[in-house]
Amino acid sequence: MTATLTPTASTGSPTGSPAGTLAKVTGARLGRRRRRALVIGILSVLVVAVFAASLMVGRTFYGPAEVLGVVFGQDVDGATFTVGTLRLPRAVLAVVAGACFGLGGVTFQTMLRNPLASPDIIGISSGASAAAAFAIIVLGIDGPARSAFAIVAGLGVALLIYLLSSKGGVAGTRLILVGIGIAAILTSLTNYLLSRAGSWDLQEALRWLTGSLNGVGWEQVLPTLVALLVLAPVLLGQSANLESLTLGDDTAAGLGVRVNRTRLVAVIAAVGLVAFATAACGPIAFVAFLSGPIAARLLGPNGSLLVPSALVGTLLVLVADLVGQFAIGTRYPVGVVTGVLGAPFLLYLIVRQHRIGATS
Amino acid sequence: MTTHLNLTASTHELRAEGLAVGYGERHVLSGLDLEIEPGTVTSIVGANASGKSTLLRTLSRLLSPAGGQVLLDGRSVHSMPSKELARVLGLLPQSPVSPDGITVADLVGRGRHPHQRMFRAWSAADDAAVAHALDATATADLADRPVDELSGGQRQRVWIAMVLAQQTDLLLLDEPTTFLDVSHQIEVLDLLADLNRDRGTTIVMVLHDLNLAARYSDRLVALEGGRVYAAGPASAVLTEQCVQDVFGLRSRIIDDPVSGGPLVVPVGRHHVAAG
Ligand SMILES: Nc1ncnc2c1ncn2[C@@H]1O[C@H](COP(=O)(O)OP(=O)(O)O)[C@@H](O)[C@H]1O
Ligand SMILES: [Mg+2]
Repeated sequence: MTATLTPTASTGSPTGSPAGTLAKVTGARLGRRRRRALVIGILSVLVVAVFAASLMVGRTFYGPAEVLGVVFGQDVDGATFTVGTLRLPRAVLAVVAGACFGLGGVTFQTMLRNPLASPDIIGISSGASAAAAFAIIVLGIDGPARSAFAIVAGLGVALLIYLLSSKGGVAGTRLILVGIGIAAILTSLTNYLLSRAGSWDLQEALRWLTGSLNGVGWEQVLPTLVALLVLAPVLLGQSANLESLTLGDDTAAGLGVRVNRTRLVAVIAAVGLVAFATAACGPIAFVAFLSGPIAARLLGPNGSLLVPSALVGTLLVLVADLVGQFAIGTRYPVGVVTGVLGAPFLLYLIVRQHRIGATS
Repeated sequence: MTTHLNLTASTHELRAEGLAVGYGERHVLSGLDLEIEPGTVTSIVGANASGKSTLLRTLSRLLSPAGGQVLLDGRSVHSMPSKELARVLGLLPQSPVSPDGITVADLVGRGRHPHQRMFRAWSAADDAAVAHALDATATADLADRPVDELSGGQRQRVWIAMVLAQQTDLLLLDEPTTFLDVSHQIEVLDLLADLNRDRGTTIVMVLHDLNLAARYSDRLVALEGGRVYAAGPASAVLTEQCVQDVFGLRSRIIDDPVSGGPLVVPVGRHHVAAG
């Protein structure tokens, strides 16, 4: 069973003994796992810290004791309303929606092997947002029906992009260009809907255009939370298959991955996550787009990006919402802050890909 | 080269019967029959776009045939669970993609996918398979290097290590030597010959260089018009008529002074000595 090698087959430097190689392989794998645990650990601690801060900070400051008291159902003077009714659902939705956008974004980016292919760039978020705005403004329906509208629209946009771009190969630039076009159309549709709305409400308008956590209550949090609890495990179950897909469809299939089935399950789960989050707080600008690349930078090539991206998405939304509320004189919705962060990165990616495309 | 069958030799038999494969309206293979004997090295040769990759992709069930079937030990591969098939039959496609920044050891480790369960827990067996694949391809020294930084020859050895880590008895390789200089081509072919001789791995590969295909294979399969034009030992397949019919090229066949097998000397319109 031992493979004998001709001397010409070596790289010049002596190859380690088989035992040495095994130690090296095991060491490298443990190193990757340590890095992973470290990154995920640090991100989790940061999420918990910012989450706690966003419950304490505000017009009135409440200390950890008061906040914990409210969280565990005690009646704390003043804090019960401010923390329990205003801050807690808002912070929980920030966590849940951030995770949804992070997971949905990185799934698309991984599957299509292009950071530009995230749902908020290629029109899926805009579709979900336009549908949610339509449900509320035109049809006057709310609750789960609003989420259902957003989901159907998100899947519809995904299918439409697929059909319009399937000639150029699914991973092609064509898909991204078609998606950007569709996103523009859908955003102007949202604009139109908002301009037709009877009572013009700037906060509501900004929610559907850039995303906002203002005035959210538990009735918006719950459907999104349920979606995350159902769909995140579905995606995580595909994590090894998605990893193999990054080697190319043929290689993945050769490794026993059912490529089309993996794609279908992943797209439906990712669109579901993005649509539910969008139905609750609008398409918080660029969170889906930014989370995966930031997570990849932090983690390096050390395994699946799903969990780190979910944590980065959560952190982005929590921090951006705090910044939007308190760091600047005027209060800005969270999506305006993430939009300011994401736009330069989008430009950078477009310029870089254009350069790569031009030289190869 | 000769095949020494030993105790670890592959016993899996791969066979295609009446394969018809196309893309949409375009028919690429029609009525193709092929039998791969266990423990042999087979090279598929044919003109560009003659369907060599299509054949390999159908054998490894990346494509479903419109007609006919692919049988592994008498079972249709299209009815086998995909991971089970991937533990017997490995494929190195023509242009695999390496993710940004991935290290050699990590990429080779991806070959373990069919041996792992859903929420994969790495086992000692996985590490051992990866180490073995690195040693067999002389890439252990590169284990920590990013794949993007390697030379073409090194990268190809790493990809071969990835399919070796899959530990399959059958290995299909699509143009494993293309884009390599001649010494790296020989290096890769020697490595595959070692695998075949030492482990009895059955190898099916697409090669463009007829002379290297002749030297390194037990059998050649020449594709033409969507069918097998000729199959058998190189000495029987590589005739002047065959080269004419399959490649549309005039040639002379002489004895390879190194291997004693056939050597194709192409005849073009220029630089042909009179007489
Ligand atoms: N994915 C595809 N879609 C459509 N046509 C294809 C596809 N892949 C290959 N073909 C066509 O099938 C024919 C055979 O291709 P291929 O099997 O790649 O040939 P070879 O590997 O022998 O060069 C070619 O005409 C090629 O254009
Ligand atoms: Mg080919």
